[in-house]
Amino acid sequence: MMEFMEGSHAVAHAVKYCRPQVIAAYPITPQTHIVEALADMVANCHLDAEYITVESEFSALSACLGASAAGSRVYSATTSQGLALMFEVCFNCAGMRIPVVMSIVNRALGAPLSIWNDQQDSISLRDSGWLQFYAEDNQEATDLHYLAYKVAEDRNILLPAFVCFDGFILSHTYEPVDMLNQDQVDSFLPPYSPVQRLDSEDPMSFGLFASPDYYTEFRYQIDKALKDATKKISLAGKEFGEMFGRDYSEMVEAYRMDDADCALVAMGSICGTVKDAIDEMRKDGKKVGLLKLRTFRPFPEKEVRKALLGVSRVAVLDKNISLGAKGAVALEVKDALYGSMIPVFDYIIALGGRDVRKKDIRSVVDLAEKGKGDLFYGLRQEVLE
Amino acid sequence: MTGETCHLFEVGHRACGGCAAALVARTILDAAGKNTIVVSSTGCMEVFSTPYPETAWNVPWIHSLFENNSAVASGIVASLKKQGRKEKVIAIGGDGATFDIGMLCISGAFERGHDFLYICYDNEAYMNTGIQRSGATPYDASTTTSPAGKCSMGNRRPKKDLPMILAAHGAPYVATASVAYLPDLKKKVEKGLQTEGPCYIQVHAPCCTGWGFEGEKTMNIGKLAIETGLWVNYEMEDGKVTRAKKVVRKPVEAYLKEQRRFRHLFKPSRNEAEIAKIQAIADWNAEKFGIDIKLKK
Repeated sequence: MMEFMEGSHAVAHAVKYCRPQVIAAYPITPQTHIVEALADMVANCHLDAEYITVESEFSALSACLGASAAGSRVYSATTSQGLALMFEVCFNCAGMRIPVVMSIVNRALGAPLSIWNDQQDSISLRDSGWLQFYAEDNQEATDLHYLAYKVAEDRNILLPAFVCFDGFILSHTYEPVDMLNQDQVDSFLPPYSPVQRLDSEDPMSFGLFASPDYYTEFRYQIDKALKDATKKISLAGKEFGEMFGRDYSEMVEAYRMDDADCALVAMGSICGTVKDAIDEMRKDGKKVGLLKLRTFRPFPEKEVRKALLGVSRVAVLDKNISLGAKGAVALEVKDALYGSMIPVFDYIIALGGRDVRKKDIRSVVDLAEKGKGDLFYGLRQEVLE
Repeated sequence: MTGETCHLFEVGHRACGGCAAALVARTILDAAGKNTIVVSSTGCMEVFSTPYPETAWNVPWIHSLFENNSAVASGIVASLKKQGRKEKVIAIGGDGATFDIGMLCISGAFERGHDFLYICYDNEAYMNTGIQRSGATPYDASTTTSPAGKCSMGNRRPKKDLPMILAAHGAPYVATASVAYLPDLKKKVEKGLQTEGPCYIQVHAPCCTGWGFEGEKTMNIGKLAIETGLWVNYEMEDGKVTRAKKVVRKPVEAYLKEQRRFRHLFKPSRNEAEIAKIQAIADWNAEKFGIDIKLKK
């Protein structure tokens, strides 16, 4: 049913329909509206969950880890500094194969302090073993939560998942969203059935230390599960499409790519602006297309290579920077295209909430045509002097 | 595993000979029984009991990180509640995990009032990393980060008073215990588990390797700490001290001179001034808890 909702509230409702049994989260801008909405649902008996009002993000994820190990479906949400504080627990959840699903309302990392949007926070956890989904709009932001639980809790995957959507640009924006109802979600997402759990009837030890004789094999298995998730995402995305009409079987989305000469690559809400800019450029005869990544981990290497092999140049819009190197998405795209000789230009853009307009996308395409790239887009003049 | 015993904390683990922490683990589970979930923090006990693919724990056991065992425990408690399960939850940590790095998580979990029992095995320094000082290290103890030297008498600060801090959180039951008095520890664990809400037991756990004494003397060292008044076994219910073990006190040097960590107080020459300061700590403990047994003259 179509509803006109704020992004945070749409996500909170989607989370409710996933029937989390334990929620532990800590308020932080711009994520706060989600946990407030969930607290309100619990307080009014609309959601039957244990809600732990932890004293920090570090404890939020730690509590989720414990609750999940004891056999419950769990949920948390955070952003930016909160996610940074969870760093250690993030690696632990993946290593212990704890299928937490956590919303990341993307925000810049300090210093300098910024409450505004970019994707540095989740990108910085790219090596932690979590699945990472990125939403273009609030419809995807809700749908990807159902998908995330389905894949994360799969017996052959058992890995935690971030569902990332841009702070303020999506979280605080009202959009029409086709909300599923409880029965629909129940038919897609069965109750959590843990393979093993902390249980005095069947005592097991969780989180042992591994000597050099064993450690590598644990890491191999996490990596394998994350790569195997590619197939599960595709299957679950297809099933979702068959049930509700929105197909997520592809981890990438190609927009006007068929005859594209220049391909833009991006993740998240910027893709909407890029699509509008492409429509305008197409009218002017420029053959530009967009390859949107909906999944960053596992990285859809084959899909990216396949989609980009026919183009003359690639312009990657990175809302993050691996300082001292390049934007994280560009690095992956270059790797995917290795050996192809297709030039890949990287543009660090929209950091700390700086607005991106259609004309900026045009400028990026112009720069790529001139062979100018691997730069911070739109820098203030004074830092260049 | 080298064999099986009737204990839920199994033999065959890799603790040092004379390790008090291993005895604490065995005693806790003897008292708690099999309907218990244990959350360990990173530290000696975690490492010596669970080298993959072996485990000494015959109850469900989980280790996540150094500083988060009480946060993990609060998640488990919530999870069990939601599922209508009745297992008891015990978090175990060393003094480093409890007094220092885990303080935030413990404070949060106690303030929220989760129903679990936190047990600290207090060996008065970071032993797993090789004897560095913690907030539980006593005054003048020499550790590798508070070494006694030409211009240092060792650790410059007294122990943090964690039982009082947690009692101030509203914990309904707080107790101290010693590995030298295992039946007492057992009773306190039972009481902590029977009491609803977050409870705390701090167990004095002499470490032969870290403190510098022979492994067969662990119990004697624990007893001497009690008999000198440098460790007091007491119970607090709803914020009030309700019981404290009384003793006929010995001078503190009876305890100090048995341990390498206090050797600098006696060699090359006896440091009367510093020994007097430690005696003053014991005297203050005795007065505060009223532990002195007055002998009839």
